[in-house]
Amino acid sequence: MAFTAPKETYSGKVYNLTIGAGDRAVSFGGENVLPFLFFEGAIPNKPLAAYEIQDVPPADWPENVRKPFSSVSGDTVAWAKFCQDTLKAKAIALRLIGTHPDRENRSAEDAAKTVKDVLSAINIPLIILGSNHAEKDAPVLIAAAEAAKGKNCIIGKAQEANYKTIAAAAMANNHKLIAMSELDINLSKQLNILITQMGFDKERLITDPMCSALGYGLEYTYSVMERIRLAALSQNDATMQTPILADVGMYVWKIKETHAPESDMPLWGNAEERGIAWEAATAAGLLIAGAELLIMRHPKAVEAVEKLIEELI
Amino acid sequence: MIIIGEKLSIIAKRVREAMMKKDKSPIQEIATRQWKEGSGIIDANIGPAEDGGEDLMQWMVTTIQEVVPLPICLDTTNAKAIEAGLKVHNNQWGRALINSTSNDPERFPILELGAKYNAQVIGLTVGKGGLPADAEERAGIAAEIMARAMEYGVPLEDIYLDPLVLQIATSQDHARHVINAIKIFQEINDPPMKTVVGLSNISNGCPKHIRPILNKHYFIMLMNAGLTAAIADAHEMAEAVQEKKLIDDVLAGKKIDDAKKMAEITKTIDVIMGKTLYAHSYLEM
Repeated sequence: MAFTAPKETYSGKVYNLTIGAGDRAVSFGGENVLPFLFFEGAIPNKPLAAYEIQDVPPADWPENVRKPFSSVSGDTVAWAKFCQDTLKAKAIALRLIGTHPDRENRSAEDAAKTVKDVLSAINIPLIILGSNHAEKDAPVLIAAAEAAKGKNCIIGKAQEANYKTIAAAAMANNHKLIAMSELDINLSKQLNILITQMGFDKERLITDPMCSALGYGLEYTYSVMERIRLAALSQNDATMQTPILADVGMYVWKIKETHAPESDMPLWGNAEERGIAWEAATAAGLLIAGAELLIMRHPKAVEAVEKLIEELI
Repeated sequence: MIIIGEKLSIIAKRVREAMMKKDKSPIQEIATRQWKEGSGIIDANIGPAEDGGEDLMQWMVTTIQEVVPLPICLDTTNAKAIEAGLKVHNNQWGRALINSTSNDPERFPILELGAKYNAQVIGLTVGKGGLPADAEERAGIAAEIMARAMEYGVPLEDIYLDPLVLQIATSQDHARHVINAIKIFQEINDPPMKTVVGLSNISNGCPKHIRPILNKHYFIMLMNAGLTAAIADAHEMAEAVQEKKLIDDVLAGKKIDDAKKMAEITKTIDVIMGKTLYAHSYLEM
């Protein structure tokens, strides 16, 4: 008897999300199988890697990931255009980190202007992120969502403390929304329920179960993502069928393995290669766990991950 | 099924204050109410009780047994306080129950007390190395506790195995592991081992309005698995017994007339059995 590979079939399916407009719109999600198991079902879209930029110069990024953007990162619009035109980015994630009260404390109006300027300079989809300050994010993201009206962006991140205002802003301006909880699958489901109970369409949600870098709790993120995907597919849990975000760059480029120069850590080898590998490896791990949307920093890490996706699908 | 009334716990503010002031009336009032509601044993949880634990436990045992003709579950990690309680325990109302020993060597002296005072002992199936992963690990630890009990001269029929109920909000898979453990515990000895759970921990951390719903369903499911005793709210468990027929019907795949009740029971069973992922609003989905 000929060998037949055992196949798993699932009752659920991840929502298909499209962001942006026109011929540069991009879709992700939509699959009814675990990551990359294309022989068991349909994977209509590839995972999407978005380039992270921010509203203020990246003084807090380590030198090795600042370098590729050194000629443009003083100006957010130039930085966005560089990602689109030179790096061929498929999407951009603009982090409004400068609005954080402990940073430049930029106002909601300033943030909205940055969003407008970036949107008028690019034609690829935009993800708009706050500074992760629950209180400040509310006015900032309301203003940003209005400034981006009609552009079909992703707004984030809505958390337990501020989801009502941010979800309402995303809903009023017809954007997609990231719901973030802190490494707890039950709270992640709960937040998705609360947001949809406000009337927000669950098929416009993205779940961020909170990222962590390789060596710094990646296995926790991995496990939560994997269980979200299993609940979505095996249990047909409609609240967990949202695409998953892995906000990789921010977590990877703050750990000492991506900072320490070779002179301090000779056994760790070349610092630039090490940082790129660290970001690519973290992203690859989370793709396997179930992430459909990645936010990344280093062009070479993005390149490596996109190559991996090509080869696996 | 024996209900071990859970309400006399140091965690409750009113009880804690009464314990500190040695004010008998709230303790006796709560004990009497639990007895009337159907408790067969009264739990006296005095916490770690590092200072004055012996006095406090003696006071609790005598205060409760002055008004309620029931045995006491001596609930503390302080072995000296347990021994003090055993000394004054009125065995005319039944034998005392000690809560608890485990597979942690520090907890073995508890078994000596059980043998010396002819008390029954709860064996919590945890070791020194963290929480058991599933029902099988719990059974493995149970076997070790049983061997240790025999070594110390406590008859196996005096041991109540406790598989350790964890919070469904953070450790959902354990809800069904505990149900399985209750079944397995009965199979590892003939006659079957007795079993007990700290029931309401299942809903610890859940919104207030769903706690009784989870407690009651879990109670019925554990009862169906053969549970001997539960440290629980006797009033709530009396209500659970009223609802048992409906829950059993749904468990058997039958449809019941009340659609709202049907949905509540189905959703709660699914969450307990891990068929749907728990969220605080699971009943609203």
